[in-house]
Amino acid sequence: MSNAPSLAARPAASLHRFANPGRFLRLSGRVLPWLAGAAVLVLAVGLPWALLFSPPDWQQGETVRIMYLHVPMAWLAMGGYAGLAVGSAMALVWRHPLADLAARELSPVGAAVTALCLATGSLWGKPMWGAWWVWDARLTSVLVLFFLWLGHAALVRAFDDPERGARMGAILALVGALNLPVVKFSVDWWNTLHQPASLTRVNAPALHVDILYPLLTCTLGLTLAFAAVVLLRVRAAVMERRIRALQMAAARRAEAPPMVGAES
Amino acid sequence: MSLHWWHVAISYALVLGGFAALTATAVLRHAQAKRVLARLETRKRPA
Repeated sequence: MSNAPSLAARPAASLHRFANPGRFLRLSGRVLPWLAGAAVLVLAVGLPWALLFSPPDWQQGETVRIMYLHVPMAWLAMGGYAGLAVGSAMALVWRHPLADLAARELSPVGAAVTALCLATGSLWGKPMWGAWWVWDARLTSVLVLFFLWLGHAALVRAFDDPERGARMGAILALVGALNLPVVKFSVDWWNTLHQPASLTRVNAPALHVDILYPLLTCTLGLTLAFAAVVLLRVRAAVMERRIRALQMAAARRAEAPPMVGAES
Repeated sequence: MSLHWWHVAISYALVLGGFAALTATAVLRHAQAKRVLARLETRKRPA
């Protein structure tokens, strides 16, 4: 019983080691080149494979190639939002300063990938369904997800006190996470024009390997690129915070009255 | 080029262009912050 508080405090303590800006910049500086290099390498294989070397679908024809981008964008939009919710919970429970910054930098990138998911879905829908947009449950819940991303990005920047903005954003992120199961299961709960999940289990997918492998390669490459962009933005934000602190300290020194002892 | 290929080409252009724009803005912002921080910290050191 006596060691229960220390056990509970351990994850928070180990996470707070990364709250030190110097340590975070050093560690992320080491990881970032590998992350970016891996993203370029995987995409250099995955994109030509998807665009040129994978076979056309027997029903969709060449339009199936849009799926190699649309599906990763959808997964990133949802996975990224789950990450935002986890980071927000960490920020609220453990007051982790980097979790706030990461959430603030994640939401514009999340909004961008969700917009790309909607745009590529629309570009696929027109030749396949004959419509750019339908108000079915999957499309509508992804549109709601897009507004949640945008709302988070706007809310955290809407307050003069950044801490208050981060707290409000964290609450919105946690409430918005309720939309994730709606997005995921909308195709099962309602009768939608959008097809059900094709990849429910990796060992028994409803996709042929000629389509599955380039899809997984593109997903890995785009996920690595997403992570690299977010990490780069968080590094920039950490440095900007340090710049503001240094500038404030300099301004305080310049405004400070001369010391009494200095007159004698 | 068929209509299907047009839609494919626009999709790839949007996603690659979108990621390129996100990367470019992040790289520029990072470089700017790094430059300003290096200048401020060098100025602070002799004091």
